Amino acid sequence: MESRNWDGFIKGEWTDTIDVRGFIQLNYKEYTGDDSFLAEATPRTKALMKKVEGLFALERQFGGVLDVDTSTVSSLTSYSPGYVDKDNELIFGLQTNRPLKRGVNPFGGMRMAKQACEAYGYKLSDKVQEEFRFRTTHNEGVFRAYTDEMRAARKCHVITGLPDAYGRGRIIGDYRRVALYGVDRLVEEKKKDKAAIGVMDLDAEKVRLTEELFQQIAFLGFMKEMAAMYGFDISKPAANLKEAIQWTYFAYLASIKEQNGAAMSLGRVATFFDIYAERDLERGDIDEAGIQELFDDFVIKLRLARHLRTPEYNELFGGDPMWITEAVGGMGEDGRTLVSKSSFRILNTLYTLGSSPEPNLTVLWSNQLPMPFKRFCAKVSVDTDSIQYENDDVMRPLYGDDYAIACCVSAMRVGKQMQFFGARCNLGKLLLIALNGGYDTTSKMHIGPQMDVMNVEKLDFDAVMERYQIYLEWLCHLYVNTMNVIHYMHDKYAYEKTQMALHDTSVERLMAFGIAGLSVVADSLSAIKHANVKPLRDDYGFIVDFKTEGDFPKFGNDDDRVDLIAKDMAHRVITELRKTPTYRNAIHTLSVLTITSNVMYGKNTGATPDGRKAGEAYAPGANPMHNREENGALASLNSVAKISYDDCRDGISNTFSITPEALGREEGERVGNLVAILDGYFAKKAHHINVNVLNRETLMKAYEDPEAYPNLTIRVSGYAVNFHKLSREQQKEVISRTFHEAV
Amino acid sequence: MNGRFHSFQSLGTLDGPGVRFVAFAQGCPLRCGCCHNPDTWDPAGGKEWTAEAILQKALRFREYFGEEGGLTISGGEPLMQAEFCAELFRLCHEAGLNTCLDTSGCILNDDVEALLVETDRVLLDIKYVTEEKYRAHVGCGLAAPMRFLARLDELGKPTTLRQVTIPGLNDDEESVRELIRIAEAHPCVDKLELLPFRKVCQVKYDDMGLPFPFADIPSPESTVMTSLRALIPTHLNGESESGVKGRAVHCELSSGKKKTGC
Repeated sequence: MESRNWDGFIKGEWTDTIDVRGFIQLNYKEYTGDDSFLAEATPRTKALMKKVEGLFALERQFGGVLDVDTSTVSSLTSYSPGYVDKDNELIFGLQTNRPLKRGVNPFGGMRMAKQACEAYGYKLSDKVQEEFRFRTTHNEGVFRAYTDEMRAARKCHVITGLPDAYGRGRIIGDYRRVALYGVDRLVEEKKKDKAAIGVMDLDAEKVRLTEELFQQIAFLGFMKEMAAMYGFDISKPAANLKEAIQWTYFAYLASIKEQNGAAMSLGRVATFFDIYAERDLERGDIDEAGIQELFDDFVIKLRLARHLRTPEYNELFGGDPMWITEAVGGMGEDGRTLVSKSSFRILNTLYTLGSSPEPNLTVLWSNQLPMPFKRFCAKVSVDTDSIQYENDDVMRPLYGDDYAIACCVSAMRVGKQMQFFGARCNLGKLLLIALNGGYDTTSKMHIGPQMDVMNVEKLDFDAVMERYQIYLEWLCHLYVNTMNVIHYMHDKYAYEKTQMALHDTSVERLMAFGIAGLSVVADSLSAIKHANVKPLRDDYGFIVDFKTEGDFPKFGNDDDRVDLIAKDMAHRVITELRKTPTYRNAIHTLSVLTITSNVMYGKNTGATPDGRKAGEAYAPGANPMHNREENGALASLNSVAKISYDDCRDGISNTFSITPEALGREEGERVGNLVAILDGYFAKKAHHINVNVLNRETLMKAYEDPEAYPNLTIRVSGYAVNFHKLSREQQKEVISRTFHEAV
Repeated sequence: MNGRFHSFQSLGTLDGPGVRFVAFAQGCPLRCGCCHNPDTWDPAGGKEWTAEAILQKALRFREYFGEEGGLTISGGEPLMQAEFCAELFRLCHEAGLNTCLDTSGCILNDDVEALLVETDRVLLDIKYVTEEKYRAHVGCGLAAPMRFLARLDELGKPTTLRQVTIPGLNDDEESVRELIRIAEAHPCVDKLELLPFRKVCQVKYDDMGLPFPFADIPSPESTVMTSLRALIPTHLNGESESGVKGRAVHCELSSGKKKTGC
């Protein structure tokens, strides 16, 4: 069944089964040189990008949403083809019929879709509402099955941000399969899988899978139709680089037309594309400028991707992100680096097209990466603040060498694993609920096991820990059950047909739980242990504040006395979660990641024993609380590195801001020092770091005059945003973060 | 033996090559008008540390040091605790850490000699190029650092000369040219750094109830820094670390240093 379009590739098992990794391993060319081969943007690219910049400016003027098609339900073939500048584009396809026009996607929930339209001055058409009158949305399904306690936990914000009213996302289709095999072959394989299951003993799970396969096959057909509308036949494998990118992009585009998941990540495409680039170069069909141009055009399309969101959603995930995460670099299991020339090319788009939060370029860092690549990445960070780093040396042993990152920090094997996303629970609030014996002073609700308020003059560490453990057990059981309801319903009413068609039929599932407020809880427990914490009660006897006397070790100073409390807390949470079985036998994982919801979590949480005032923002992700680091940047990094990736397989996010002056005197020094810092941090088995090299003053100026800084990009928590797209509250929080300065 | 230290900084990128752990020694005999660490003056201040404890602290960051980085002792004036610093550097070398000494060069005795043996690089502050200004704004003469520099030259100790550029005092071309002449007259100097005078320390003086002698002097304009730095010859701006030692030194200028009166 060999395709002529595979001529020139080394054949192997990948021709007989769907095995993109096998194809890459046999055919890619590692690159250990520097960036000097890179080409600049062509005049065509510059002209097109100028047009796109104009559209972005217009979108800003319209308050963040340029246009909404309120009368069409978004799907693969529901819009006529759209173009930015048809004659000058190289890679084609838009989500709707016009650039930056957003579609509506009511499958997650009708109310959400209506509110999102209204938030920007639109009204969802009656036609769409009528179409959904006799359909159950994911949101409706979930609320049919939610228990009273689940609703209460959601309402008092001890578990929040759950994907029960929006698409769960965090699923990465192996979009490369469409390019390598063509759609017809993928359909054929899925049909074989379906037939094979049909002769087994059909239990509920297998019947469900059979129906899912039917849907997958149908949507592969729609994908072909969608491509045909743009004049492309994607039934056969891609014949060259341009087609490889186009086919892959169509697969991704189909997914974001079908689904409005929170994070719609891209996977790991650059080195896959590189194989086609090398073949085209060898054939003399293209030059470096031509290759860069194709990458640029592809990335322009990704930068144009949008979903329609509600204001509540934006509070959780500020900055209008899509998390089109592309994993770049890393090492192979055989010791060769997976860095190719195209790893450089995709990063180079931050120069050819200017800095940008999307796609969310994520470098898989290994100490073994070639030094010229490390230096190029560091230079890109210093120049653009647009990329993040994750530790390939801790992920590769668990996920092999063809994994990618969903959203910010969630690793999964491409096409072989998927994730049930589960937002996060609020550990700070849980501590306060525990101290108050099952009462939340912020929402004024009774929740969880009911017992006495801890009525003592001075909080005793052991007694508090004993109490906390009881509430942790309660919360973790409730959390897993809540997730089971959500994902059962999501599979039932908003199944990701396109993306799952680009997975193996037998897929491994991860269920990703999360925690917010880790540093607040660690510091609070440290205060209880090492200082004097006196609870202050209101008229009803509930603890509403604390008087903390004396000094105590604070997370972020490389002090084991508190750092190990943080590490232990993460361990306790995952241990408790594992005790409750998951829907479809998913593997429990845990993240320490908040996106921008740290502001909202803090807002909904009373004063804590660490001295944090009621309503004050949490630090993002696993970061130490703002401005509590007293021993410099590396001490702060060491603290975060102690949180174990074994406990937190869904990622540990750390956002690091340093002034250029503190990183070194000259650009060359800064680049070298950043490489050393990254090498050191990851040698400590840390998982993730966002790097910002900038001055607080720049952000303050951008806060005062957002129009003057339309492209100011900043890494926040696992992703990057245009600073001007954050809410004022989120902007203020980002400004208040610790900036490591020169001493 | 214990040393007195003011504080530690886990990420130092400005005091020696690469990423460095910086230990700030407590106590200084000088009273420079531009000093940004007045809280390190009192020799009885700070906290007592053993050399082993400081080494262990630094080793927590070893993974970040890369090829070039290591430990820097700054201050305060490390030379006031030369014996202790020598012990700390010796332990560093046993552990394979690069050592850097950030000093005013105001003391030279047997303990300092022993310290220099364990020092991989010296960052020597030449605050002004005239005796008059030294006397007025430092609290010692120019002779002390020049004698120190001469000794470094004899030892062939890799040295970075540094000067804080202070408007009205040493931000004129002639002063910087003289500094360059000093650097070029000493082959041990492979790098010359001009650092802009900063006033973030005002709050420290306020907290201590001390007047900040240079409170009324502004920070230099960045354009001034750029044009002064442009005077520094390429072989002294640190762009190529390698080959420094093999470079011919401008010996004809060595007579020039005599004029500085050291």
